[in-house]
Amino acid sequence: MIRPEVKTTSGNVHEELPLRMETRGLSVFYGKKAGVREVSLPIYNNRVTALIGPSGCGKTTFLRALNRMHDLTPIARVTGEALLDGQNIYERGVDPVEIRRRVGMVFQKPNPFPTLSVYDNVVSGLKLVGIRHKGLLDEAVERSLTQAALWDEVKDRLRAPSMSLSGGQQQRLCIARALAVQPEVLLMDEPTSALDPISTQSIEDLMSELKKHVTIVIVTHNMQQAARVSDFTGYFLTGELVEFGPTNQIFTNPKDPRTEAYITGRFG
Amino acid sequence: MQAPLARLKRPSALYRMLGDRVFVVVVTLLALGIVALSLGLGYYLYLGGAQAIERFGFWGFLTGTTWDPALKEEFGAWPYLVGTLLTSFCALFLSLFPAIAAAIYAAEYAPKWLVGIINYLVDLMAAVPSVVYGIWGIFVLAPFLRENLFLPAYLWTAEHAPGILPYLGNPSGYGFFTAVVILASMIIPYTTALARDAISLVPQAQREAAYALGATRWEVMRLAMLPYARGGILAGVILALGRALGETMAVAMVIGNTNIMLKLLGIPLLYPLFGPATTMPSVIALEFKEAVTDIHLSSLIALGFYLFLVAFVVNLLASYLINVFKVGGQRA
Repeated sequence: MIRPEVKTTSGNVHEELPLRMETRGLSVFYGKKAGVREVSLPIYNNRVTALIGPSGCGKTTFLRALNRMHDLTPIARVTGEALLDGQNIYERGVDPVEIRRRVGMVFQKPNPFPTLSVYDNVVSGLKLVGIRHKGLLDEAVERSLTQAALWDEVKDRLRAPSMSLSGGQQQRLCIARALAVQPEVLLMDEPTSALDPISTQSIEDLMSELKKHVTIVIVTHNMQQAARVSDFTGYFLTGELVEFGPTNQIFTNPKDPRTEAYITGRFG
Repeated sequence: MQAPLARLKRPSALYRMLGDRVFVVVVTLLALGIVALSLGLGYYLYLGGAQAIERFGFWGFLTGTTWDPALKEEFGAWPYLVGTLLTSFCALFLSLFPAIAAAIYAAEYAPKWLVGIINYLVDLMAAVPSVVYGIWGIFVLAPFLRENLFLPAYLWTAEHAPGILPYLGNPSGYGFFTAVVILASMIIPYTTALARDAISLVPQAQREAAYALGATRWEVMRLAMLPYARGGILAGVILALGRALGETMAVAMVIGNTNIMLKLLGIPLLYPLFGPATTMPSVIALEFKEAVTDIHLSSLIALGFYLFLVAFVVNLLASYLINVFKVGGQRA
């Protein structure tokens, strides 16, 4: 794996970890207004990176820049670099469709395809790449649903409509759907914000298992969640990355007074 | 300084209670009026057609193939019923693909400035009176089809497969196929408008779900948008079918108005593809003013009654299908 030099706000203390992604001076503009400004951030392989910050701080905007979702918003413009395995995904000639296959995404609200069954939801991404072989699909369904901690609950009703599942199950179905295509990175945009505490816990629990297979970047407005699930944390404020470091250090010994103010609950 | 709420002059409790009652009564009466209107329409059509229905029987009139106002005074709805259903469903079939394609283009692909123009023209097409379509059909479409499709096809068939010439019929330009094309172009705006709206209403989250899986634009359409919008698209299709079933003027102007059918397995089931045909609305419109005998008039009204029943059944089926197909119980 290509190992570009990492400069983080906390110094090069994680040099030994391989990088999966990295942004260099990444900015996102909506029209003339910058939603994210000059963010440089490493994303370590098989680790969970949490992005925290108050509402409107640009953390979701940043996340969506990591798999070129901004391509779908006509007024959005991205500058700077986002490297995936050392290659800039914004370079000319890079196919955004290919990038999104390698960098999957789970959204705030569960969004399974309502007309499809549980099974067909999971295999929808595989069918897009032309995999039709029944054995392969069956295998992928069991593997992804198991990884998403949903297999035991739905293995007897794979043909049931996806909307018959509970909200928490639907979100895990969406995770399974994203995992089925075996992405290298999984972006999670406040994946538990629409869920009840028990569903939230089941998703948090599965993340530590998941990171063995996939690199995770999670946006959360819940600081306890970031502290519980992540290995690294980046704190965003008004479109800028204020501080980045090991979660432990960010939460116990933040270097920046603004981070400390947020962590200790003085605002946000 | 703001006046305390308690000191503001408020309408009395009696006034508010009465206002509420009056409002409920007014809306209830108006709603019931619509029910009464549709039931009354059906009832009076039945009364008007009762003479014919009694004389020929409910099924007898429906399946009767003779329409002879002059000599035998015998009437049957079958050729008209078949003509109506055949032209409508063929038109629906012909219009479906272009309409949905236009809807997809307007909802997803077209640049913003073009969307406005397309939407305006689609709405305009729906508002053009059918007699205008009819004139266009007589003077432009029929001659065009005759020269470029009917005659070449007829001549080729005459040479290579004369056996099926009866199925093609007289290639005059005024007949079944021309009526179908006119009908299709009249109903395209209905399907397009409803399908377009249904596609635009698909939540952004559904689109993004497909994009995030690495879907291309067309794959997003196929995987997320069209399945989600299928209820609305179906509603547009049914509305278009309803319009086609009842369309009168434009069809009457180009269809040739002849009730001579072709037999299939001994049953009169078809009209020649190019040759003249007829429909229920067009025969009502054309013969109403010259129906001098009671039984002729009653038969025409009975045709109207059967058309009413057809529309009723189609709509019933439609609301059932839409319920089955729509995406229900969605989170926003």
